[in-house]
Amino acid sequence: MSDLDFATFQALVRLYADYAAAVDSGDWDLWPEFFVDDCTYRLVPRENHERNLPLATLAFESKAMLKDRVYGIRETLFHDPYYQRHVVGPPLVIGCAPGRIESESNYAVFRTKLDGATTVFNVGRTIDVVVDTPAGWKFKSRTLVYDSEMIPNSIIYPL
Amino acid sequence: MDRSTIDTVFPALPVWEGEGTSRVPFAAYTSEELHRRELERFFYRRHWCYVGLEIEIAKPGDFKRTVVGERSVILTRALDGTIHVVENVCAHRGMSFCRARSGNRKDFTCPYHQWNYSLKGDLQGVPFRRGVKQDGKVHGGMPADFDPSTNGLNKLKVATRGGVVFASFDHDVEPLEQFLGPAIVPWFDRLFDGRALKLLGYNRQRIPGNWKLMQENIKDPYHPGLLHTWFVTFGLWRADNRSRLVMDERFRHAAMISTRGSSAAGSDAKQVTQVASFKQDMKLEDPRFLDIVAEPWWHGPTAVMTTIFPSVILQQQVNSVSTRHIQPDGHGAFDFVWTHFGFADDSDEMTQRRLRQANLFGPAGFVSADDGEVIELSQQGFEQKPFHRTLAELGGTDVADTEHMVTETLIRGMYRYWREVMEA
Repeated sequence: MSDLDFATFQALVRLYADYAAAVDSGDWDLWPEFFVDDCTYRLVPRENHERNLPLATLAFESKAMLKDRVYGIRETLFHDPYYQRHVVGPPLVIGCAPGRIESESNYAVFRTKLDGATTVFNVGRTIDVVVDTPAGWKFKSRTLVYDSEMIPNSIIYPL
Repeated sequence: MDRSTIDTVFPALPVWEGEGTSRVPFAAYTSEELHRRELERFFYRRHWCYVGLEIEIAKPGDFKRTVVGERSVILTRALDGTIHVVENVCAHRGMSFCRARSGNRKDFTCPYHQWNYSLKGDLQGVPFRRGVKQDGKVHGGMPADFDPSTNGLNKLKVATRGGVVFASFDHDVEPLEQFLGPAIVPWFDRLFDGRALKLLGYNRQRIPGNWKLMQENIKDPYHPGLLHTWFVTFGLWRADNRSRLVMDERFRHAAMISTRGSSAAGSDAKQVTQVASFKQDMKLEDPRFLDIVAEPWWHGPTAVMTTIFPSVILQQQVNSVSTRHIQPDGHGAFDFVWTHFGFADDSDEMTQRRLRQANLFGPAGFVSADDGEVIELSQQGFEQKPFHRTLAELGGTDVADTEHMVTETLIRGMYRYWREVMEA
């Protein structure tokens, strides 16, 4: 772990902050750009994760699938509109190698509907592999294991 | 149109317009008192309710906590391999003692006073039953005529079919096969033909709407091609696909059966959807979402959605198979628990395919997330003017099986049964 220099750690913190800002912005096209082409993104209830059950609430295996999700959000998925707000803890670095970091973070997402109070929407931790690319640090894989197993109706926007 | 002379905005009971069931009063969805009567008449008497799959309790000692209606129950496999369902309420002081969602153990102990039960629900141990000896005297203890054999947990009647477990609080309930009826049994058996299943996992969502709306959602072949643009574009569910709707003889259960890609030649999607939101030019960036491989057990149909009243929906949508358990919580909400599975002899590729297609379903799914949304907003409409009613008259006002899906006959059928039971 000592070989993670400060500049790299700062880049990792920045990636997490930029990601949170992007997925809360409403500009969904920003979201896939945080990933390499050959990426995985999984949103998994903690129950399945801890019992080694393979089902995810969402399981994408490429940046192309993330783009399909963006299209779905924008064009096909009817939903009651809402704001979402991520609060993300500092990265917990699990391991690193040149050009590659394994890290985790705690997160809470709040949902605010247009006529309602703000409520806790989804809480959990991310398990990430990030890699250095010519375009900067990107997620190779991002797994969100959520404690909030009883989803308040539906999840539409990217977490 | 709203009735011009409104006696009251909040009627005590639903008022039906005539004998038919094509106009469902909003008040059928808005009353706590009526909801409790539904629990008694549909969930607690004369009906079989879904509690799980046998693979969820594969080994002796395995258990899973679930519900029948709004009552917490535990599905267990006893040490002799038999399957039991007991109510999660201690016989002593009524505590709902089992908190783990699943696990494996030899017996159950209520933490409050350590009453101990077998996995079959028999009372095995009562601390201080014979009292406590002190200074040569026995203090306390249960009465001499206390009989453990009549003070176990409440045991439900259990039936299994093809690896699916149903339970009933009503020990006089008709046999499961008769409950399903000869029109529905073949569709049940098509999915659950006795093959070993493989559990893939769960999704859970709380939908703030009346539980009946979920049954209606899957008895409504009108909406998929309109609300779920995804379905139409890829031909998974089109109004002109070859399809059938069948019901049991009391119209409570139904199967919607559809075959993808069987539309008449030359019919174009725009014509059958008649909606501006239809995306003719929609193309997937990653077509693996729809890497569909036909399976021999389908015998043709690519989608069969079976509603077993009142508690469960059985889903086959191409390679994605699941049960969807309806767990009411008051008149205005229910929990919806999805259990996805595959078959023990699936190749790794088929398992991966089922998991990938699961992206279409569940609380975030491309074609399911919006079902929860419309149910929530329907409930909001009902609550603001319970004197009003819905209009389910596509295909007429009668109730009958059809060879097409341009009809709301299954909803009318369900309410014919509902009225029969609720107005008795």
